[in-house]
Amino acid sequence: MPHDQSSDDHPHTLLPSDPALRVKALETILERKGLIEPAALDAIIDTYETKIGPRNGALVVARAWSDPAFRARLLSDPMPLLTELGFYGRQGEHMVVVENTPSVHNMVVCTLCSCYPWPLLGIPPHWYKSDAYRARAVREPRKVLAEFGVTLPSGTAVRVWDSTAEIRYLVLPMRPDGTEGLSVDALRDLVTRDSMIGTGLPERAVAA
Amino acid sequence: MSRVHDMGGRFGDGPVVPDAKDDPVFSTEWHARALAVTLACGALGQWNIDRSRHARECLSPKDYARFSYYEKWLAGLTDLLVASEVLTPQDLVDAGDAAEPHALSERRLRAAAVPDVLAAGGPADRPSAVAPRFAIGDLVRTRARAGNAFVAGGHTRLPAYAQGAIGRIALIHGAHVLPDSAAHGRGDAPEPLYAVAIQADQLWDAPEHPADEVILDLWQSYLEPA
Repeated sequence: MPHDQSSDDHPHTLLPSDPALRVKALETILERKGLIEPAALDAIIDTYETKIGPRNGALVVARAWSDPAFRARLLSDPMPLLTELGFYGRQGEHMVVVENTPSVHNMVVCTLCSCYPWPLLGIPPHWYKSDAYRARAVREPRKVLAEFGVTLPSGTAVRVWDSTAEIRYLVLPMRPDGTEGLSVDALRDLVTRDSMIGTGLPERAVAA
Repeated sequence: MSRVHDMGGRFGDGPVVPDAKDDPVFSTEWHARALAVTLACGALGQWNIDRSRHARECLSPKDYARFSYYEKWLAGLTDLLVASEVLTPQDLVDAGDAAEPHALSERRLRAAAVPDVLAAGGPADRPSAVAPRFAIGDLVRTRARAGNAFVAGGHTRLPAYAQGAIGRIALIHGAHVLPDSAAHGRGDAPEPLYAVAIQADQLWDAPEHPADEVILDLWQSYLEPA
């Protein structure tokens, strides 16, 4: 176990302090010892840059908006459904989907670290991991929402989910007005990442 | 007392700055490398997620505050590699000058295995002999002091802002690994996990709205009937 040490005698201080050099140094050491394969690192990065991201979550939301049976299953027992869609995986083993309504707005944070539903939303954005969001989302969610340009009606309660265990939360936003008849693909384009964290709302449909 | 990472409710951090819609996943290349090297080292199987979280929490408050996000990951990973005896401090100094392969090198994550490893995940639910004590709607009170009951300064997932608060059981998640135990080599010790809804006026002197609430996932041993 890491024991409490002064800032100077943690092993990490033995590496270069510049972070880009630090990661390079650590990679070199680990590669020379046969403990990592650089191609595996490339594959991990490619996965989260090009394959796993908020388009996954947006598909789930768009289908829930389009299909009442899908929506009911998603809210009551999401894991079989998400597994069928290929959206099971690291940091998404235990998903709970929470639904926004006119009376409740849901918003997700991890005050203790940066827990986030990777298979559905990818790697969290910088602000989600920032001290400001972690510190303030639980105490003054409405001020934080205002910084995202979101103002809720006074009759809407805010429910902030602090991800303190391995349960990961996805917000199911309300379907925007004026989207009747849109296909799943068209709806998917309206679902923003932030609307699934609860710091944003879906985009409005563009008038045809 | 809690550690520096336990910042929920803290004052003084300033505004949240949203990103632009087309910002890249990794704003610079070393962020991506830091994430990838951390995941690849995790695949060596020498620690669990609770221990790796605790390694970051054990950074000195000064370092935790001045490091950017992925610097915390790198520092936590380096400390963990030494604490678990995967590397020696000397390895960090002389760039791992190794005459023979490392005992763990056969366990290294292969590129071809990456999709399966990421897709397999690491579920935290376990069979447990601990019977659920609470039902949905029950009122509960959280521990008066947020802290690890086994180890002074140890890992726990009850944030200080939610200590000693009364809430209501909102969801029952089944039995999950207890981080307070698993982070310290004391076994998974699975027990029932609940989502507990706490009204904002239980937590803050000046809540923004009387109907707002915070919901936290809390283990049964963090709770008593209220």
